[in-house]
Amino acid sequence: MTELAELTELRERIRRIPGLDAAALEAEQIALLGRKSGAITELLKRLPGVPEHQRKTLGAELNKLKLTATQLLDARKQELAAAARVRRESVDLTMPARRRWTGAEHPVTRVTDEILGIFRELGFAVVVGPEVETDWYNFTALNFPADHPAMDMHDTLYLDAPPIQESPGSGRLLLRTHTSPVQIRTMRTSSPPIRAVMPGWVYRNDPFDPSHAPAFSQIEGLAIDEGISFVDLKATLVHFAHRFFTDDTKVRFRPSFFPFTEPSAEMDVSCRICGGTGCPACKGTGWSEILGCGMVHPKVLRAGGIDPERYTGFAFGMGPHRVTMQRHGVPDIRLLYEGDMRFLNQFLRASPDADV
Amino acid sequence: MNVSRRWLEEFLRRLLEAHDVANRLAMLGAPVDAVEPMHGGLDDIKVALVEAVAPHPNADRLRVCEVNDGSGMLRHVVCGAPNVKAGRKYPFAPVGATVPHGRGGGPMVLERARIRGEVSEGMLCSARELGLGQEHDGILELETDAPPGTPFVAPAGLGDDRFVVDVTPNRPDLLGHKGIARELAASFGVPFRLPAIPGADALDIPSPKRTGASGELGGIRFALEDHEGCRRFHAALIRSVKVGPSPAWLQARLQAVGVRPISNVVDATNYVMLELNQPMHAYDAATLRGPGLVVRRGRAGESLVTLDGVTRTIDAATTVIADAEGVIGLAGIMGGGNTEVSNATTDVLLEGAWWSPAGIRRTRRRLGMTTEASYRFERGVDLWGASDAIRRCIELVLTTAGGTLVDSPLDLWPEPSHPPRIFLRPARVTQVLGVELPVAVLEQHLLAIGATVLAKPDDQRIAVDVPGWRPDLVDEIDLIEEVARVHGYDNFPVELRHFRVGSVPDAPVERLASDVRRGLVGEGLLEVGLLPTARDAADDAVRLVNPMSAESPFLRRNLLPGLVGQVEQNFRNHLRDARLFEVGTVFRARPGQRPEELRRVAGVVTGARAPRHWSEAGIADYDLWDIKGLLEVAVALANPGARIQVQGNSWVAIAPDGTRVGHAGPLEANAPPWAGPVLGFELTLDSAVRPAAHYRPLPVTPASERDLALIVSDDVSGAQVAEVLRREGGELLERVAVLDQYRGAAIGDGRRSVMFRLTFRHAERTLRDREVDEVERRLLRALERDLGVKRRDGAAQAAGGD
Repeated sequence: MTELAELTELRERIRRIPGLDAAALEAEQIALLGRKSGAITELLKRLPGVPEHQRKTLGAELNKLKLTATQLLDARKQELAAAARVRRESVDLTMPARRRWTGAEHPVTRVTDEILGIFRELGFAVVVGPEVETDWYNFTALNFPADHPAMDMHDTLYLDAPPIQESPGSGRLLLRTHTSPVQIRTMRTSSPPIRAVMPGWVYRNDPFDPSHAPAFSQIEGLAIDEGISFVDLKATLVHFAHRFFTDDTKVRFRPSFFPFTEPSAEMDVSCRICGGTGCPACKGTGWSEILGCGMVHPKVLRAGGIDPERYTGFAFGMGPHRVTMQRHGVPDIRLLYEGDMRFLNQFLRASPDADV
Repeated sequence: MNVSRRWLEEFLRRLLEAHDVANRLAMLGAPVDAVEPMHGGLDDIKVALVEAVAPHPNADRLRVCEVNDGSGMLRHVVCGAPNVKAGRKYPFAPVGATVPHGRGGGPMVLERARIRGEVSEGMLCSARELGLGQEHDGILELETDAPPGTPFVAPAGLGDDRFVVDVTPNRPDLLGHKGIARELAASFGVPFRLPAIPGADALDIPSPKRTGASGELGGIRFALEDHEGCRRFHAALIRSVKVGPSPAWLQARLQAVGVRPISNVVDATNYVMLELNQPMHAYDAATLRGPGLVVRRGRAGESLVTLDGVTRTIDAATTVIADAEGVIGLAGIMGGGNTEVSNATTDVLLEGAWWSPAGIRRTRRRLGMTTEASYRFERGVDLWGASDAIRRCIELVLTTAGGTLVDSPLDLWPEPSHPPRIFLRPARVTQVLGVELPVAVLEQHLLAIGATVLAKPDDQRIAVDVPGWRPDLVDEIDLIEEVARVHGYDNFPVELRHFRVGSVPDAPVERLASDVRRGLVGEGLLEVGLLPTARDAADDAVRLVNPMSAESPFLRRNLLPGLVGQVEQNFRNHLRDARLFEVGTVFRARPGQRPEELRRVAGVVTGARAPRHWSEAGIADYDLWDIKGLLEVAVALANPGARIQVQGNSWVAIAPDGTRVGHAGPLEANAPPWAGPVLGFELTLDSAVRPAAHYRPLPVTPASERDLALIVSDDVSGAQVAEVLRREGGELLERVAVLDQYRGAAIGDGRRSVMFRLTFRHAERTLRDREVDEVERRLLRALERDLGVKRRDGAAQAAGGD
């Protein structure tokens, strides 16, 4: 290509400078005036080789083009910067942010994890057991007398399957009615000192209504060692209550009955709705029931293969579903068994709804 | 168990405050579910003195009374009752008061009225109008010193509170007022005694006459054949009773605890049951057939029409009471209709027995019926207290229905025994309770529950004869609980003592479940916890005998169907975007064994991939590539040994042993037309220990990138191309990524153009362009040779070697 033709092309490119956007402008500055390979720079470098008669005209023309290009590039640069400034100043920062979907653990999982976390700090490990059990593990080993009204406290769901042979634990298959069978399993597979919490689902043949569910979660706790007493039970669970609720939560222990613990107790905490003065939520007592507990019955220790004269222990059980209902004011337990996005979205740590 | 405050007050001889009682009982292990004030509708009624009575000027049967209601003004009241007399006191409802049973039967607000021309400013009330009985012959005359204007309920002995006590199954003694009174007496530190029965002072009831398995009373022979079902049987015969309504005090007692008064004889038996927890039965002695009664097992083919008119079948496990002709009572559950006490009854046979708890439980479960009696016998009544109970019942019948007792009551007790003796070691008490209690304190607490205590200082233990009404006290530990209970759980210190760390390790699967949850939460999914039941019957589905709902009698075999159901529910709520996951257990039946239980994770997504933002035209829906990604995340977290493979139009995860452990892909759902595709994955959690990630040195040399646009025929997969690239690229090829895929006329049918970006790097030095060029040529040769894949013409551009 002749230098003349190149000049024509350069003039055309320079003419188009005022229409370029910021990125193209940057590129064109380099393409025209770049020190290494800019088109104008390139031509200027070639001047010495141009025939004498053309050199002067061409040189003058090139310098003129270089000047024009520089001026146009600068002008366009300023124009774009001003436009950008105007654009920036008119951004409405109150408009909603851009977000991603936010996930969340189920509120019952969060309550469970929080409870387990407090007991972990107290040296308890997290242990699990099967949800299908034999009546030996679920009842017999836990000192439920055969054919006794205590059985009526646990309306049991049985599997449509023949009894199985196991050692120990042969018997009829059922869905465990509590996490207490895991106590027996833990005792049989390890030796004191034992400190374990056992979360899991349990099953009762209850109607599915606002305050009952046929399946719900439970957390069992077990501590066995030499010298563990009722005082340790109280202190451990009061510590838990103060950590889980608040330090000034009042706690009381009432005698109760569970076949697998003796002495047995229910632990109440001051009602968090009325603060202890009495309201409909606590049936006017000022207290709400949080967990059942007691000293492990010697017969249960024996069923777990542990010498009850040497070792003593305490156990407790609580229901994260119920605690969740209380904590979040959920009036109907069935909501906790649904996947309604409107419900689940209420428990996000960060809401995805970016409101104006 | 319903308990009357006033009844307890009689036992304790002190006034009780309802909420204090409720609190004390709760702290003793018998929580009060409700305190119900009785006769709350009588608040407006006052005691009034009739000062003068005059005939009504316009009506023969009406009187005009001047009534002093304590207000300081005499009220002018028209009264129709024949028994109204000057100088007597009656319940009075002033103008504005509410009377529980007005003319229409319901509550009535009194107004100032004019009756046959005479003004009436209130009403003198009958028992029926106050809801206190059926008597309406006249107004209720009060025997009281209370001045006019006093609220009526107090002096009438009507103000009461009903406690609904939640009695645990181990404490049958708390099913009687005496048992509750004993607990409260221990709590107050005061003595208690049985309330006196009005008119019983003059009676001298002989002690029952003890015999073995048979005896005779007033010509009736008794035989106790079923020793297992009945350990002790008391009978008493009372002749010439007059059956009729009970006195008001007895009716009030029963009504206060929700029992309907029937007749003096029946009320007497109910009273004894509610007071002493010994159910009694009364027979009309004249209806008994033959010379005697026998307690025996039922026989095949026998049946009985019980008091409630229902025909009950009897089997060989049922203990019955029979006369010469057949069964007359289901022992401990319900009597027969034919021998029921009626208004015509003159001779009454009273029965007070000890029936075997297991036998009662078996029969009442078989018959599907629970009665007040069966409930108590099933929990265990006091074997040694039965004589006192029958004497109490005789006292009540004689004072309320008259009659004469025939001989001494009979006590059939083939194998007499004493309540058990348990030894308590004070050192063991300290070991379990963590506090050393002096022996004197232990003894004091045991005495408070009615035990007999005999210290044995020489062998460091206390001999305790447990009271007969406490069948739950069997072992030493039972006594330790009693000590703690009476001592008061609140009186033990809260003192966190040293403990040893446990030897049990964490269950790996729980940690894994937490990691998986966190991972999926990070992907924007919301966790659910569904009921683990299912409708579908598969060969290895676990079926329940008594399912919670008839439509879902199985335990779930997988998680996804439940999640899809929840997505559909969101669709029904007009929600288009849903992202759910669950970590839960699934069950598979195995013949002869426990079902297999697997912990799994599953997730479902549908609708927009991100929240809509105003700055963008729209947000794409979740598609196949999202669910493949979620499966990859899940596999990495939950089952890192598994490989993901294509199967049909979805993916499966295969464990190293070849079993299928998961899958992902599009799902069938009942979706409205506006819904996006529903996609899901499910994967089994594998809690095998996984090695920690190992550090690799960070690169110190620059990478060189090349983009290759390749024409790939549809029978060659991207994975195949990548495999060849990796194989031929050797150590220099660090990464293969897909940038883009294009189909179109320019490419031709059955083919696509896929843009791969290859990253090359030498670990120690900067690669030269020609080295990379050489590798690139080698790759292209291999692709063409092995897969027939060629570079797209004119699309070959180096991304630039920097």
